[in-house]
Amino acid sequence: MDGDINATAPGTTPPDSDPARKRRVHGMLKLYYGLNEEGKTVDQAESMDPCDINGPHFDPEVYLNKLRRECSLGELMDQETCMVKQIRSLDSDMQTLVYENYNKFISATDTIRKMKNDFKKMEDEMDCLSTNMASITDFSARISGTLQDQHAQITKLSGVHTLLRKLQFLFELPARLNKCLELQAYAQAVSSHRRARCVLQQYSHMPSFRGIQDDCHAIMDKLAQELRQKFRDGGSSAKDLSECVELLLQLDEPAEELCDKFLSHAQSRLEADLLGLEAETDILEFIDRGCNEFVSSLCLVIASYQELFVNRPQEGELASKNIPQMAIGKLHAFVDALATRYFSLVERRIQEEKSVGDNSLLVRALDRFHRRLQAVAKLLPGSAVPSQGTEIVVRAARERIKQYLAALQSFYLNSLTDVRQALAAPRLATGKDAPASLPELLSTLSASILNQIKSVLASVHLFTAKDITFSNKPYFKGEFCSHGVRESLVVNFIMFVCQSSRQFCESAGDRGGSTPPALLLLLSRLCLDYETSTITYILTLTDEQFLVQHHSPVTAVTALCGEAREAAQKLLNHYVKVQGLIISQMLRKSVETRDWVNTIEPRNVRAVMKRVVEDTTSIDVQVGLLYEEGVRKAHSSDSSKRTFSVYSSSRQQTRYAPSYTPSAPMDTNLLSNIHKLFSERVEIFSPVEFNKVSVLTGIIKISLKTFLECVRLRTFGRYGLQQIQVDCHYLQMYLWRFVSDENLVHFLLDEIVGSTAHRCLDPAPMEQSVIEVICERG
Amino acid sequence: MYQLYFVLQARALTSQTAESDAIRFLVGTQSLKFDNQIHIIDFDDENNIISKSVLQHQAGEIWHISASPADKAVLTTCYNKSEMDAFGLGGVSDTSESRVVTCGAVWRMPPEWESGSHESPDDPHNSHNPQNLELLCHLDNSSHGNASCVLWEPMGDGKHVISLADNHALLWDLTESSTQATISSSATLEGKGQLKFTAGKWSPHHNCTQLATANDTAIRGWDLRTMSQIYCIENAHGQLVRDLDFNPNKQYYLASCGDDCKVKFWDVRNINEPVKTLEEHSHWVWSVRFNHSHDQLVLTGSSDSRVILSNMVSISSEPFGHLVDDDDLSDGEDNHQDEKTKEPLQDSIISTYEEHEDSVYAVEWSSADPWLFASLSYDGRLVINRVPRALKYHILL
Repeated sequence: MDGDINATAPGTTPPDSDPARKRRVHGMLKLYYGLNEEGKTVDQAESMDPCDINGPHFDPEVYLNKLRRECSLGELMDQETCMVKQIRSLDSDMQTLVYENYNKFISATDTIRKMKNDFKKMEDEMDCLSTNMASITDFSARISGTLQDQHAQITKLSGVHTLLRKLQFLFELPARLNKCLELQAYAQAVSSHRRARCVLQQYSHMPSFRGIQDDCHAIMDKLAQELRQKFRDGGSSAKDLSECVELLLQLDEPAEELCDKFLSHAQSRLEADLLGLEAETDILEFIDRGCNEFVSSLCLVIASYQELFVNRPQEGELASKNIPQMAIGKLHAFVDALATRYFSLVERRIQEEKSVGDNSLLVRALDRFHRRLQAVAKLLPGSAVPSQGTEIVVRAARERIKQYLAALQSFYLNSLTDVRQALAAPRLATGKDAPASLPELLSTLSASILNQIKSVLASVHLFTAKDITFSNKPYFKGEFCSHGVRESLVVNFIMFVCQSSRQFCESAGDRGGSTPPALLLLLSRLCLDYETSTITYILTLTDEQFLVQHHSPVTAVTALCGEAREAAQKLLNHYVKVQGLIISQMLRKSVETRDWVNTIEPRNVRAVMKRVVEDTTSIDVQVGLLYEEGVRKAHSSDSSKRTFSVYSSSRQQTRYAPSYTPSAPMDTNLLSNIHKLFSERVEIFSPVEFNKVSVLTGIIKISLKTFLECVRLRTFGRYGLQQIQVDCHYLQMYLWRFVSDENLVHFLLDEIVGSTAHRCLDPAPMEQSVIEVICERG
Repeated sequence: MYQLYFVLQARALTSQTAESDAIRFLVGTQSLKFDNQIHIIDFDDENNIISKSVLQHQAGEIWHISASPADKAVLTTCYNKSEMDAFGLGGVSDTSESRVVTCGAVWRMPPEWESGSHESPDDPHNSHNPQNLELLCHLDNSSHGNASCVLWEPMGDGKHVISLADNHALLWDLTESSTQATISSSATLEGKGQLKFTAGKWSPHHNCTQLATANDTAIRGWDLRTMSQIYCIENAHGQLVRDLDFNPNKQYYLASCGDDCKVKFWDVRNINEPVKTLEEHSHWVWSVRFNHSHDQLVLTGSSDSRVILSNMVSISSEPFGHLVDDDDLSDGEDNHQDEKTKEPLQDSIISTYEEHEDSVYAVEWSSADPWLFASLSYDGRLVINRVPRALKYHILL
């Protein structure tokens, strides 16, 4: 399009020969159409070529010359035709443009003309306006001038009005206060009074104000009175109460007094809670109620108290009185006093909790108790209450351990009584010797004790459960586990078992065997089992369950085992002693009651000897049930057949039939003594080993030694000696198999027969073969 | 330690109570077949020589011997007398005649024994022709049964003896130079079963008006003026009580021993519990003796063939090793109790003597030297021992 315009513009004025004018018009057009830059480029190009038909420096002459020179005719013809064509199209374009823009020119011209007319009219109106304004200004100035003094008056009047209103407030104050009092709108009354107070104070020298002030004072006193009354009544809610306190504080009531009153008021309520608490029976309910009523009320009191007295922002003169410090002090004293009472109640209640059946209740109760006290700790940092609470829990735990120990001990003693009865019952029923259930009894006893220990440990373990708040206290982590559970409970119990076992030995010794021997045997095995495995097991179990960290020295396993072993040894020794005694008594009676001088020729083994062998056999069975066989020295196969005669050895021959010459007896004595020097000294009541053979050896030793001593105190006739020979042979036949070293039996029986021969008035021994016949017949 | 062997078995031992210069013990032998003897053992402390004299006691085997506190030469024995006359005639027909009875008798040693039959133990061949004891009188108690022991009145004039026969305690007056014995009073123990006194002791306190006896497991005290029982410790021992002895310096203190292998010390004012119990022996304890001067020293002999010397400081009359006048004792006893608690006192076993090979049935302190004692075992071995020197000085200084 631009190209077209550029092309047409010079085309419209082709006849215009003045290039400068042509250029000016062209430029104006370009300006009009806003083609500055386009034009410049064109400007630069036009100067170059006069032959450019569209350029500004186009020179038709040059152009024509050039064409004529350069072009053939045909070409010129074509050129001419083309030129004509272009000119024609340019003309038509020009015409179209003119037509198009013609209307616009006309309307623009019209508009400009109309504007010219309008402006003229406006000028006139503006002139009119300015004159009017001038007159308005004039008038306004005049009005201001006239209203000046009235305005001042009004201002003054309004000031008076305000003052009057204030005064009215003051004068109405007593009435208003009264009304507030009537309506119990204390807050309003106090705020009203506060507002007036300073003024009244300031103008109190004026009688009228003074009156008002007095009135107000009277009313406010009444109000304060009423507030106090309300405060004192205590029926109101905590919120009311705090409002009361706030108001009273604003009324310059002494804070200290208020604190006291507040606390005493709270105290009465809390005490009521405590009283209610005393009636409670179930421990869990007791603690629950204690927590829910007492402790939460206490917390509430503490919270509202702190809200009122401690934490409130202090303004004005109140700040200077240092109320918080005083208030906190009072609060601590108050809380401590109440907590002490509460704790004493709790402690008393916990002490009543003696039944050890279900520990979880107590632990839960303690946990709750402890947990709730943490709230107090949070509310009142630095208070001794939580630590006291923890102490109570600790004490309760300690007490509990003691109770458990006692329970364990009584359980143990009861079990023993059961065992005793079980031991006695079959004996009564069947009249038979030791019941075959001895090992069963032992295993039942030991299992039930172990179970009891385990259940007690489990119960005690509740104290250290993770979800229990106090379990992470240092006491429960350290001392409770190591000192409490391990030492006080487990170790003490084991000690108790050992000691009570020992008591059996002592008491029975004096009363002559009131404890059934089987029980002694059973207990000895129990203690031995404890030594070998049970103690280690229990302690390991305890250590594992409670993760005991030994801060303080604890009883070592070995020490306990030693204790148990000692007890087992003592019991077994005592068993041997008791059983030996029973057989000894039989033997002694049989020796002491018989007239050995005038006895008849032996036909039989005396019944008592058979009884001795029988009893020994049954003891052997009994011991065999609980103890291993043990080792015995090798013996010859014909031990029972051993020739057993007074005169079998030369030693005895010389010893018991000495020819009374001064030298010979001395030699025989020397001989016998030398013999004894080389034989081992026989310890009669010596400790036995933990096996059957050793036990039986002990019993037989005791019996035979008694036999020996009794024989030495008697005098025998010929047949007396022979009877003893028969008896000893019989014993020899049966007893050797029970003992560890048959030589021991031989030795003692030798001594018996030897001593009998010595105590015999007519020592004529029986033929060995006859003895054997009699014994085998029996 | 000095040992001496006898030919025969022996149970009876006493020190010659009236002799305060020479250390002298009397031992009675026990033999059914041979003549029994009383051996007089002299110990020369300075030269450490034992010498022995023998007197014949033909009446029978000696079960108990005790020497008069007044006359050195007078002694009593309890002996078995066999009344079996038809020994070789076969035992069937004469059963009713053969019996053994135990009798008591007072004897006098012949005055010349000391010079006549003195012998050295190394030279036994000298003991031919021993002299006989001279019988003063029988303590004839055939109506009362077998005598188990005869007790002289302690520190008396040798005119009173008590014999224990079965269940009777008989108080004899010896008159006419001990040749006449009459029963002045007697006490009888009544009760179920066959009661028999096994041991007894005449208390040296209370003007010698008290006697303690043992039967079975019980210990009884008797008032000799009324011959009535004053106390009875039932079940004093678990089994038979074998011997008793009074503390010579503390009037209420009594020691007992028995078949339960224990030695117990009693305050007879409180008989419920023994003051102290020792359990050191491993078999029956047959004899217990307080030292006459230093009553903390207690000697016991047992059928485990041991003799044990104990130092019972805590219940002694001289807890600090000082001698206390006898007069002060009754008043001072409470003070002693207090003092006892103040000072840590330790009862201890001083020594265990294992020289014997057979049961020891008797132990005795020398009456002349308080630091010397003898023990006798059944095989006829007499052992004389001394209290260890260190302890002796500890007590004296």
